[in-house]
Amino acid sequence: MPRRGSLSVRSFLLELAIYAVLVVGYFYLALLLLADWLTGLHDRGPYVYAVTALALIVGQGVLLESLTRALIRLTQRWR
Amino acid sequence: MEFAISGVEINPLVLVAIGFVVGVLGGFFGVGGSFLAGPALFGIGVPMNYVVGTDLAHIVGKSVVAAKKHRVLGNVDIKLGLLMVLGTVAGVEVGARAIERLKDHANVDLAVGLSFIIVLLVISTFIGWESWRTLRAGGGRTHAKGTDFSAISHFAEAIQRIRIPPMVRLPVSGIEAISLWVILVVAFIGGVFSGFLGGGAGYIRMPMLVYVIGVPTHVAVGTDLFEIVISAGYGTLTHAIKGNVDIMIALVMHTGAAIGAQLGAHATQYFAGPRIRLAFFPLPLIGAAIVAWKLITGSEMG
Repeated sequence: MPRRGSLSVRSFLLELAIYAVLVVGYFYLALLLLADWLTGLHDRGPYVYAVTALALIVGQGVLLESLTRALIRLTQRWR
Repeated sequence: MEFAISGVEINPLVLVAIGFVVGVLGGFFGVGGSFLAGPALFGIGVPMNYVVGTDLAHIVGKSVVAAKKHRVLGNVDIKLGLLMVLGTVAGVEVGARAIERLKDHANVDLAVGLSFIIVLLVISTFIGWESWRTLRAGGGRTHAKGTDFSAISHFAEAIQRIRIPPMVRLPVSGIEAISLWVILVVAFIGGVFSGFLGGGAGYIRMPMLVYVIGVPTHVAVGTDLFEIVISAGYGTLTHAIKGNVDIMIALVMHTGAAIGAQLGAHATQYFAGPRIRLAFFPLPLIGAAIVAWKLITGSEMG
């Protein structure tokens, strides 16, 4: 049982590390690359902006969830 | 860093930290976390109409993840969730239009802020009182896995005796028959709160699922998250069209929330229903305190 607990902590720490890289990636990708385009979209076409905003946030949610599952599978294989 | 859509300067790390805390709470309590995320955004200087819209967007991404987790754990009553959609969407639209009216005719920060404070105080007091009574009656330790107990469960039983057709059966929630109208009214109220105050309004929907409809707490947590995806998704669209969503803020906040949601959803397996509710009761007070502080002082946090 303690071994199982330490494995959970290890897999969580691994997830955390990957997420941290992802967060930094988002600062550059989302804030620097998407910012101007989304601001322009927001000003010019509210309907397109609304759909794009929803697609982006759902896409990010699904992407992070898939990444988490892949990480869990990976850490289980290491046992 | 400047977020050009809403025109505010915010440190992105503060947004990630807010997202993380909200993610843990959302995964654990089955609420979107808007009772803290909304006040926190308002506290760091985001105008209230952007708080409402942006919080809705951030909640969508987070709830997709958390709802999927709860679905795997068998905590989602899909039939109940789908029946609630109509009432939820109608409610969100009413709430969003109320924000538009306030933008044109009144001080939206003050009106929404005061509403926030009142709602959070009422919810916190009620949940604290009910959970304390339930635990004193032994509800937290004597019930088998999969069952739940509430000190005011007789209220839900009385509601279930209302025979206004059509009646529906909810086997996943253990409900033999309940009027569809009750479900739609509960969904509509949740939707109005979501559209007007932002987020998924789990702080009102989750208690109503437990106390009014009679859904066991663990199923209420998962079903509420499922419903939050619908209400916040629709809310994001309608508020974005009305110019109230800064998606950049939502995307950055969500990266922190995604980590927190993983922790929170797993933690629900180790606590009984009344204990989850009792742990929930002080949290809305923090949100209320942040909004009150910002309204009184006018200064920004962080």
